[in-house]
Amino acid sequence: MASLNDYLLVSGLLFAIGLAGVVLRRSIIVMFMCLELMLSAANLSLVAFSRFHPAANGLPDMHGQMLVFFVITVAAAEVAVGLAIIVALYRARQTIHTDELTTLQG
Amino acid sequence: MTLPWILLFLPLLTAAVNFLVLKKSPIAAWLSTASALATAVIAFLLLGKTDQASFEWATVGDFSIKLGYHLDPLATGMMIVVTVVGLLVHVFSLAYMKEDEANARYFTGLSLFMFSMTGIVLADNFLMTFIFWELVGLSSYLLIGHWYHKNSAADAAKKAFLCNRVGDFGFMIGILLLWGITGTMKFSDMGVPVGVSEFTLSAAVLCIFCGAIGKSAQVPLHVWLPDAMEGPTPVSALIHAATMVAAGVYMLFRLQLSLGADLFIGLGASDVIAWVGGFTALLAALMATQQNDIKRVLAYSTLSQLGYMVMAVGLVSGEAGMFHLFTHAWFKALLFLGSGAVIYACHHEQDIWKMGGLMRKMPITGITFFIGFLALIAVPGTSGFFSKEQILEAAHAKQPVLFWVAVAVAVLTPFYMTRLVIVAFFGKARDEGASHAHEVGPLMWLPLAILSVLGLIAGYPFFAEKFAPAYKRPEHLIHFGMVTYISVGAVISGVIAAILVYRGKDRDPISIPLLQQRFYIDQLYDNVLVRYLQNAGAAIIAFIDELFINGLLVGGIGRAAASAGNAMRKIQSGSLQGYAFAFGLGVLMVIYFTVFL
Repeated sequence: MASLNDYLLVSGLLFAIGLAGVVLRRSIIVMFMCLELMLSAANLSLVAFSRFHPAANGLPDMHGQMLVFFVITVAAAEVAVGLAIIVALYRARQTIHTDELTTLQG
Repeated sequence: MTLPWILLFLPLLTAAVNFLVLKKSPIAAWLSTASALATAVIAFLLLGKTDQASFEWATVGDFSIKLGYHLDPLATGMMIVVTVVGLLVHVFSLAYMKEDEANARYFTGLSLFMFSMTGIVLADNFLMTFIFWELVGLSSYLLIGHWYHKNSAADAAKKAFLCNRVGDFGFMIGILLLWGITGTMKFSDMGVPVGVSEFTLSAAVLCIFCGAIGKSAQVPLHVWLPDAMEGPTPVSALIHAATMVAAGVYMLFRLQLSLGADLFIGLGASDVIAWVGGFTALLAALMATQQNDIKRVLAYSTLSQLGYMVMAVGLVSGEAGMFHLFTHAWFKALLFLGSGAVIYACHHEQDIWKMGGLMRKMPITGITFFIGFLALIAVPGTSGFFSKEQILEAAHAKQPVLFWVAVAVAVLTPFYMTRLVIVAFFGKARDEGASHAHEVGPLMWLPLAILSVLGLIAGYPFFAEKFAPAYKRPEHLIHFGMVTYISVGAVISGVIAAILVYRGKDRDPISIPLLQQRFYIDQLYDNVLVRYLQNAGAAIIAFIDELFINGLLVGGIGRAAASAGNAMRKIQSGSLQGYAFAFGLGVLMVIYFTVFL
């Protein structure tokens, strides 16, 4: 059976991939997906901590898993808003490429 | 006594009402004239009184500046000159300035001048004299520049003001020196303590004399007076002939009286004053012989007569100087107002060579002008003769060289004045304006008539004893002697020479560029003082202004802020990835600092 460290390693890898995607990729859709990837990484580590940290009665500590549900809910809402913004942005500028979206440059 | 206070402040009140309330109303002219009439009446009421009073005006520590009046024969006599000439000039101006748009401003200036001049005459201390000294300078500036839209008038006003400033600076130093010596500003308390060296006293007197050089237009600050003729002619009559320019002589004589005239005998400063006066008289008379503008001729003659007065003061015969001031005020005001009438009748033509034959066309103006002319050239029997005689006598007794200078002036004066009268009033008209000239209205010739009577009789003891400032009755009406013969001979030779040269001429047969160009003194000032000194000063100031004020302080702070902003701008790249990267880096740093440190 995999140890906690294995889960955390996978979680860390997922988070690193997600962060790299956000920083390096130029398409907002891909960046958005990478964001989700980072959220999933966080979820994974939360579930792992929950599983490997039993409460006094021998059952897993459910606080971590509850937090995961909240994260999933918020992420769903975020996707709805975020995608709407991206669509609106595309309609306005005909592009979702971040290189071309530099209006705020000082 | 409240009368002197009314005398002093009524003109100020009038000026204030004119300036603040009446503005452009034609009533202003009449109000000023009424005020001038009232002050003249008060001046006559005050004749012969002696009194003084003062109130505190400002206090600094234990030193207080007082405004007060000091009535004595000198002040009351001088007030007669100021108020009567002032009144007649006001009346003349009613007609002369009738069509002027800024009529009210003009009369405001006149009232302000009357206030300032009264202040100088009545002042009981030197500081008050100085305050009003500056005020006459201001009103003179305003009135010379009355037609300020003409460049020449604006320049002349500026020139007059600046020349006066130069003199006044010395004047101020002199007042302070004298204060240091005597410990008081008040004329009646002044006395030189024992042990003050002659040199210190001379220095103080000479510094004070600087003020008189500026105001009474003596060499080398005389250049402003001829230019001041750009102002309206009645102003020239009042300020630049009869009263303000005589203030220097008045002030010097007041100084001599306060310190004691004996002190000035043999003092080095007295010699300097006398020589400056004599030199001015001669130089100005020479320059007058080649001027073509009727007012300029009169201006130079004023300079020359002022030189006489200053010379008399320098010879410690201040009474003679004041007597000449008194008679000169009447006939010179008369000549200026007469020239004003001529200029008015000839449609503002001032060149005497474009006049001619005016005696027949304007008989009243012509005859009164002729009387003024007789008085100025000192024909025996006129007022000018008696006063000039006193000065010549004084010079003859004390300084033979200056006496011959004065005689030379006495030859030149009839010469240039006869030239003026022959060319402008006799012969035939040489220009449209002159040929259509006709007599001016009664508001203008009435002052001329009054002044011509005064110009004739002002020299006789019965009149002078009553009205002249600090007049001393001579033992004989005319003291026949060498001096009298020489002065009469001078008049006759000057007149005859001028008649021989100028009779029936249409152009000036003599042309001396040196005199026409006024000994190149104006050019010298322009080219040396203005170009080098003023421009060098301006360059230094501009350099400091550009480098320190503009470059370092104002611009420097601005540039620092701008460049800081420019540097910060780079952070605001506008690229989403950049922000995300910085954000990630920040999170990493927070984790590093919280977990591993």
